[in-house]
Amino acid sequence: MVELLLLPASIRSELPFGYWLHLLIFGLGIITLLLTSVIIFIWLERRLVGRFQLRHGPNRAGPFGLLQSVADVIKILTKEDIIPSRADKLVFWMAPVIAFTPVVLMLGVVPVADGALLADLNIGILFVVAISSVTSLGVFMAGWSSYNKYSLLSAMRTVAQLVSYEMPLILSMVGVVILTGSLSLNEMVKAQSIPFILLQPAGFFIFFTASLAEINRTPFDLLEADSELVAGYNIEYSGMKFATFYLTEYCEAIVLSTLTATLFLGGWQGPWLPPMIWLLLKIGLVFCVIVWIRATLPRLRIDQVMNFAWKFLLPLAILNLLLTSLSVIFWPTAPAWASGLINLSMLAVFILVYSKFFKPGGKTVAV
Amino acid sequence: MAVKTEPLFLNLGPVHPSTHGVFRMRALVDGEVITDIEPVFGYLHRGIEKLAESKSYRQFLPLTDRLDYVSSMNNNMAYVMAVEKLAGIEVPQRAEYIRVIMAELQRIIAHLLAIGSFFNDMGTFFTPFFYMFIQKEKITDLFEMVCGQRLLYNYMRFGGVSHDLPPEFIPALTRFLDEMPAEIKKYERLLAENEIVLARSKNVGVLTREMAVNASAAGPVLRASGVDWDIRKVDPYSIYDRFDFDVPTGANGDCYDRYRVRVEELTQSLNIIRQAVNGLPKGKVLNPVPLRFRPPAGEVYSHIEGNKGELGFHVISDGSDKPYRIHVRAPSFINLTALKNMLIGWKLADAIIIFGSIDICLGEVDR
Repeated sequence: MVELLLLPASIRSELPFGYWLHLLIFGLGIITLLLTSVIIFIWLERRLVGRFQLRHGPNRAGPFGLLQSVADVIKILTKEDIIPSRADKLVFWMAPVIAFTPVVLMLGVVPVADGALLADLNIGILFVVAISSVTSLGVFMAGWSSYNKYSLLSAMRTVAQLVSYEMPLILSMVGVVILTGSLSLNEMVKAQSIPFILLQPAGFFIFFTASLAEINRTPFDLLEADSELVAGYNIEYSGMKFATFYLTEYCEAIVLSTLTATLFLGGWQGPWLPPMIWLLLKIGLVFCVIVWIRATLPRLRIDQVMNFAWKFLLPLAILNLLLTSLSVIFWPTAPAWASGLINLSMLAVFILVYSKFFKPGGKTVAV
Repeated sequence: MAVKTEPLFLNLGPVHPSTHGVFRMRALVDGEVITDIEPVFGYLHRGIEKLAESKSYRQFLPLTDRLDYVSSMNNNMAYVMAVEKLAGIEVPQRAEYIRVIMAELQRIIAHLLAIGSFFNDMGTFFTPFFYMFIQKEKITDLFEMVCGQRLLYNYMRFGGVSHDLPPEFIPALTRFLDEMPAEIKKYERLLAENEIVLARSKNVGVLTREMAVNASAAGPVLRASGVDWDIRKVDPYSIYDRFDFDVPTGANGDCYDRYRVRVEELTQSLNIIRQAVNGLPKGKVLNPVPLRFRPPAGEVYSHIEGNKGELGFHVISDGSDKPYRIHVRAPSFINLTALKNMLIGWKLADAIIIFGSIDICLGEVDR
C-alpha cells in the first residue's frame, strides 16, 4: 500500500479504476494516519508535559504508558451521553461533526511525497484557508446550543479570536505563495530547496503564532480557559460527542503542524530518509514545540489577544507581504542569505518599535 | 446604531476550578466586564467557634488545624499563645525556637502554594505549581519527622510542643535551607520578568493604600499596598524580637506586587529559620499542664502574623475547663472585604487572578 501511495499520480491513474483506487487509498490512509497519530500525540503531549513539570506522566498502561490513550478512549465511549434539557438539540448534535470534518479535509491537499496527495488542487492553500474557518463555526454552535453561560462566553471568545487570527495567518501564507509562484502545496514543497523558514523567518513567526491561536493552544487558549470558564465551549458535552471535540483539537494541532512543516520546513524534502518519514519527523518537531509552549506560558486576556492580533501581527504580516513582494519584483536574483537577513531584521525592528508602545497590565472598563 | 445588550448573571462557584475551595461569586457581567459582584460564603461552615464551647481547651487544639488547612502550625501557635497568655503558662526557650522554625516553614509552604495557584489562575498549565509543590513536599517531610503528620499537625501544646526534634531533623532542615535559595532564584528567572505575567498582573486589581487600611486588610495583601505592617515587627510575640529580618513591601498594590511580596517573604522566612537553627538552645520542650486545666476567668486577645495576615484568637474564659467563647480573627475572611472594590470594572479573566492573588483559604473564611 505504501508503494501505491508513493507512485506518481500519473502512473496510478493508468491502473484500472485508478482514480477511485487513488481516492480510496488516500482517503483511508489519511483517516487512519490521523486517528492513530492522535493517540500517539496525546500520549506524547502528556509524557512531555510530565517531563516539563518534573514528573513522570502516564506510565502504567502498556509499555511506557502507550496504551493510556486507548484506555481513555474506551472509558469515554462507555460514558453516558447527556444532552441538556434546554439545549438546542439539532445544533447540539451537529456541532461536533461540523467541527471535526474540515480538519480531516485539510489533509487532503498536503503532499506526503512528490505528487503523493489526495488531490493536487492548483488552489491548495486557498482550499485549506477556506475549509479551516468552518471549524470555528462548529465550536461556536457547540457553545451556543449548550444553554450554558460559560460555554456561551467561550463561544463569543471563539468568534472574536478565530476570525481575528485568520487574517495574519492568511497574509503570512501569501508570502510563501509569492516566493513559490503557485497556490499548490506540492509546488510549494518542491520550491523549498532551502526551507522557507530561512527565507521568511518573520513569516514563519506570524504563521506559527497565529496558528497557535487558531488551535486554541497556550497562550491563546481562551476558549477552554479552565481557570475561568471551567472547560469552555464543550462544557456540556460528554461521551463520544466530547471525544469528537477532543479529537478535533488534537487533529487541528496535527494538521497545523503539518501545514507549518509543509509551508516553512520543507515538507517531505530531506536527505537519506524516505520523504514520508521526513514529513512525520517535522510534524513531530513542530508539535513538540507547541507542547513546550503549553507547558511554559500563562494565558493572555481577551483584549490582549485581540490587541496582539490587530495591532501587532496584522501590521507585521502586511509589512512582511510588502517587503517580500518588493524584493521579488526588484531583486529576484537575491541570494538566500540576503532575503533571510532582510526579513529577520524587519522582524527585529518591528518588535523593537512595538515594545516602545507596549504597556503591561490594563485598566478598568466603565460600563 | 447602538446594539441593545443585556447584563449576564454568571455564577462563579461554589464548585469552580479557581475559587480555591467552595467560594461563590454571583457576578453580573456585561460581555466580559464585571459590573457587579456579590461574594457568598458559608459552604464550608463547620461551626468551629461554636464547637469550641463544648470542648475543653486541649480538645479544641486539633480543630484549629482545620481552620486554614495549609497553615496548621500557625493556627496552633496562635491558639496556644492565646491560652498561655490567659493562664500565664511559661514556655521553655527551646520550645519557643522550635515554634518559630515550624511557623516559618509553614509560611514558606503557604506562600509557595499561593504563588503556584496564582499562576494556575493565570493559565499556566500547572508547571509553576508543580515546581513549588516539590519544595513544599520537602517541608512536609520535615513536619512528618517531628509530629508524624503531613497536613494537620496538631504539634503545639500549652507550654511547649508535643515532641522534641528528632536527631535527623536539623541535618535535613539544613539541607533544605541550603538548596531553597537556588530554587527561589529559579522561580524568579522563569516567572518574574515573563512578558505575559507582567501584562496580566501589573496594574491589575489595584488595592490602594487607603482602601487596604480601611478594609483592615493584613498580611501580604496589605504590605503589597505599601503599608509596612507586620505583627512580627510591630508587636513582637514569642521570640521574634531576637531575629533580624526585613518586611518586604510593594508600591502599587496590584496583583504583581502581591506576588512579589510573597516571593520576597520566602527569603525572609529562610533567614529567620537560619538564625533560629543557629541559636537553638538545649533543654526541655514542654512545661506540662494538667490534662483538664482551668484557666482563670477573663478574656484575652492574642495575635500572630499568619501566612495570610493577622491571625488572632479571642478567648473568653469563665473559669471552667471549657472556653466560654472563642473567636478567630481570620485574615482570609477580612482580606476578602476589599474584594468587591477590586473586581468591579475588570474583565472576567482579571477577576480570577485578582481573587487568586488575595490568597484565601475557605476553611478559615467559613470556619
